[in-house]
Amino acid sequence: MREVVIISGKGGTGKTSLAASFAYLEGSNALVSDCDVDAANMHLLLDANFRSKEDFFSGDLAVIDEDICINCGKCDEVCRFDAIDVIDDQHRVDFISCEGCWYCSRVCPTEAISMVKQKAGDLFVSDIKNGSKMVHAKLGFAAENSGKLVAKVKQEAKILALKEDKAFVITDGSPGIGCPVISSLSGANLVVLVTEATVSGLHDLKRVHKLVKTFSYESVCIINKYDLNEEMSQKIEIFLEKEGIKLVAKLPYDDTFTKALALAQPIVEYSSDGELSTLVKESWEKIKTIIEENDK
Amino acid sequence: MKITIASGKGGTGKTTISTNLVSYLSTLKQSVVLADLDVEEPNSALFLRGDLEKEQVSYKMIPKWEEADCTFCGECADVCNFNAIVALSDEIIVYPELCHSCYACSELCPTDSLPMTSERIGEIKAFTSDGFSFIEGRLDLGQEMAVPLIAQTIDYVDENFKNHIKIFDAPPGTSCPVIEASRGSDYVILVTESTPFGLNDLKLAVETMRVLNQKFGVIINRYGIGDNGVETYCADENIEIITKVKNDREVAKLYSKGELIYPKIGHFRDSLDEIVTFIGGLKCEK
Amino acid sequence: MKIIFTAKGENWNSPMDARFGRMEMLVIYDEENDTLEMVSNEGIEEMEHGAGLQTAKKVMELKPDVIITGNGAGQKALDLLKRTTVKMYIGAGDMTLEEAYSAYKNSQLKTQF
Repeated sequence: MREVVIISGKGGTGKTSLAASFAYLEGSNALVSDCDVDAANMHLLLDANFRSKEDFFSGDLAVIDEDICINCGKCDEVCRFDAIDVIDDQHRVDFISCEGCWYCSRVCPTEAISMVKQKAGDLFVSDIKNGSKMVHAKLGFAAENSGKLVAKVKQEAKILALKEDKAFVITDGSPGIGCPVISSLSGANLVVLVTEATVSGLHDLKRVHKLVKTFSYESVCIINKYDLNEEMSQKIEIFLEKEGIKLVAKLPYDDTFTKALALAQPIVEYSSDGELSTLVKESWEKIKTIIEENDK
Repeated sequence: MKITIASGKGGTGKTTISTNLVSYLSTLKQSVVLADLDVEEPNSALFLRGDLEKEQVSYKMIPKWEEADCTFCGECADVCNFNAIVALSDEIIVYPELCHSCYACSELCPTDSLPMTSERIGEIKAFTSDGFSFIEGRLDLGQEMAVPLIAQTIDYVDENFKNHIKIFDAPPGTSCPVIEASRGSDYVILVTESTPFGLNDLKLAVETMRVLNQKFGVIINRYGIGDNGVETYCADENIEIITKVKNDREVAKLYSKGELIYPKIGHFRDSLDEIVTFIGGLKCEK
Repeated sequence: MKIIFTAKGENWNSPMDARFGRMEMLVIYDEENDTLEMVSNEGIEEMEHGAGLQTAKKVMELKPDVIITGNGAGQKALDLLKRTTVKMYIGAGDMTLEEAYSAYKNSQLKTQF
């Protein structure tokens, strides 16, 4: 089983559209995991049916037991997040401001404050188009994606993939350069960097590549919308060459991207023999070849 | 008047709208200031050229280990719920980027060996351009805690631009940084696209705004290419659509070069006019 | 030599865990005495952030000469481990412990530092 993780430093580069296309092409050979939990969208393109659901907990929230609380104000004194309000002479926790640091509960003289795990969202396993399954998550209010949640999504996907003897796990990676993306990269046999030919595209590519390099993952790149700004596209190519990153494809700015999105279809399903689809199919074949060569 | 421009996900055109809006407002002789609160990745400055007026370092409080009286009891690491302290047998190591500045380790240390000190997390820069100012908060590389810098950038704008129309460009997503960027504003404009993705992310953003009890409306960007899911949703939920910005490859081209859109594209300017009128209405309500 | 494997099971046939920070368990092989010992990394899946650091601390306390893993550690954990003389070998994420050990013995693994 081989893991391919698709990432991009910034939003709007077409990362999810491409990841879903690769998943669609591979069909029942690939298990899919969506680690872009902040903007989990892949399930829309793959028509996920939310088959099984599991609560996901993350972070702590202080809760005051008003029967035990003597309103001494010690909690308010130590809280640096302004999360203790006094309403009707009773100390209460503002759940939006509480950072879950435990300080108040540690200093409360009557042990009236307990820390409860907050439900951060739901974890789903779904059946998807083309006969496979995907693991994905939905975050609740003010819940933040974390290395922990992503690790959980990936772990579930990996277990399922091994059980069902899949050839690939295709992962839509997390954004940014923090804990979640590190977690989403774990176990990757190949990282696909998706960027676009814009001023911010190159900037973000550099940032995220630096992270990929720390872990010595092998990475390849796809430049999307290369013809929007060919000068920028060239700059990106020079960067890739310098860093020894293989360029898998340059995709043109193409309305097919959005038209397919509008129908909630991966590009290769929407126009299976269009120009863009052909390029996307070639990209996936190239990626597979690179993985095979690395295995040797 | 404080307006936050937000979106459920990145890449919807939030920065394009806010940079163009602030520049356009200034041509209408309005005093206006833009603050880029996407502190991990502020890129308004790529589109707005301005002169650096003022620079201010931003700090957060973190514990600093003092060896002298330390007994290596490990209490500090035990009380830290964020794994920001590693207590070895002969050294206490603090990881500032994981620290939430809760003070627990410092104040619960039996030997006062972890006094709080300020540490640089980034900077706030103020620029002046043709007829308006823009401010950006920028986290230093390797810093992960966006919320304190967002709060400080908002404070800076509040203090220095009392009578201006204040436009805040929020970070993407629906988590804590966006909440921090939204909760003090008079109004939040959610930028979305007319696609199922856009709709999905919009719904999440709307849920967040409703929990916050925040007034909000929607701008549909790249209108005309997708479906009408967003419009139907907004109608069903009684959410105001402020304007629909037409999909246009020329807009994308100008964006890729870091140029402003409205001076060259008429329909884009028409959309900005609708936003300006809408903001005018909000002012009257106030 | 004391060798730590990042593992998903406690014997030679068990698969390696490619992850460092969030590894399921540590398996320690003592070459002199030819013994295999398991130390659980339980609780790590509950950590939202900083998992790598806590695991690195645990590893350091065991004072190994060599760590064999898959992807390698993140920057923070790496810096912590660099305070010791331990050598980190990576690229064994898809192997069993036995295969990882023989790959290490035959100098087929890359070092992270």
